[in-house]
Amino acid sequence: MRLARKHPLAVRWAHWINFPLLAVMIWSGILIYWAWPAYAPVKVPQTVWRAVHVNNRLAEGMALHFFFMWPFAINGILYVTYLLVSGEWRKGKTKFNPIQRLAYVGVTLMGLGSLVSGLAIYKPVQFAWLSALMFGYQGARFVHFWLTMGYIGFFFIHVIQVIRAGWNNFRSMITGVEVVHD
Amino acid sequence: MTDAEKELQRLTRRGFVTAAVAAGAAYGGWKWLRTRPRIEGVEWPLRRVLENNERLARAYFDPDRLSPRFRREDVTRARLNGRLGLQSAIDLNAWRLHIEGAAQPVALTIDDLRQFPRKSMITELRCIEGWSTIVEWSGVALADVMARFPPAHMPPYVSMETPDRAYYVGLDIESAMHPQTLLAFEMNAAPLPLLHGAPLRLAIPVKYGIKNIKRIGTIRYTQIRPADFWGERGYDWYAGH
Repeated sequence: MRLARKHPLAVRWAHWINFPLLAVMIWSGILIYWAWPAYAPVKVPQTVWRAVHVNNRLAEGMALHFFFMWPFAINGILYVTYLLVSGEWRKGKTKFNPIQRLAYVGVTLMGLGSLVSGLAIYKPVQFAWLSALMFGYQGARFVHFWLTMGYIGFFFIHVIQVIRAGWNNFRSMITGVEVVHD
Repeated sequence: MTDAEKELQRLTRRGFVTAAVAAGAAYGGWKWLRTRPRIEGVEWPLRRVLENNERLARAYFDPDRLSPRFRREDVTRARLNGRLGLQSAIDLNAWRLHIEGAAQPVALTIDDLRQFPRKSMITELRCIEGWSTIVEWSGVALADVMARFPPAHMPPYVSMETPDRAYYVGLDIESAMHPQTLLAFEMNAAPLPLLHGAPLRLAIPVKYGIKNIKRIGTIRYTQIRPADFWGERGYDWYAGH
């Protein structure tokens, strides 16, 4: 048995810092979405919103969203910058299988999409050209919403895959090293 | 135990202890944040960040950047939202627009306002709730009216309120002077309906709908940051686009 380096310290910190930040961004986003739940085909009854206490909290949701957007964006930018500068992004080709690469590159690009569509919603006059790329203000809101649904889908698949991969793999995201039996 | 096993044990212990401490700190930080005393409806650190976001937005704001303009066939059905300040009786003939903070007190009739150059625009009204409508507005530019009745000193803020003072908004001067900020007396090519703010309302597409105050009674130039109805209730005072 030997130990092989797997995830650098910076990647582990960025990953685990992102987890609660993304959770707060999604949750505060839901508080905002309640006020005009127009982008999903299913209409959630008010009794459900009330049961989970996410009704009538628009102001709170916005204040939280516009607070946590900073650490969320900064952490994401530092993460991608680190991957590119350290050469870690290219190492992904050997570290992950094609499906994993698609998932991890995809979710990173989705993060960029959330920042861009979020900015288009936040300042639709100063960044009118950004909303125009997304078919206008409502288009940007639609994109922002469905990217969020994408994260929720990603989360469940990711957790199932991590459970299937086993303890050695999960532990490597905490310790940085993986046990290898040659 | 081999050296590798010892090393793994050391790294695992260190990693999980660090993770537990970090998780505890994050939880403590969240609890701390949510128990702070509130300033106008939100925890003070959130209010401070809203104000810093406003500083950034005002530094980046450019009056040459316009809210996208639409064609007449894009106009959507008008949506009615909010009757704050509209519930008291109004005599449209006795109504005057009062301007406070100019060299002389000003009281204008609608006909006085019609003497200013007429401006029309078809823009999106974006509600803070998330929906938006496309509306054609006609009226006069607030900047033109302010130029005719200039303040003694250029004020940093403008406030507006309904005649009964039940609804009021505060505006930064750049947004007030924006070329698309209109005092509107027509909506979708018809006189402004009462519930949409007759006889005069604000159409300000560089702000959320909440700042587009209906039935303006008084405009005030002011050196101090004016009160804002929704800003006092947990929303961002700036609410700007």
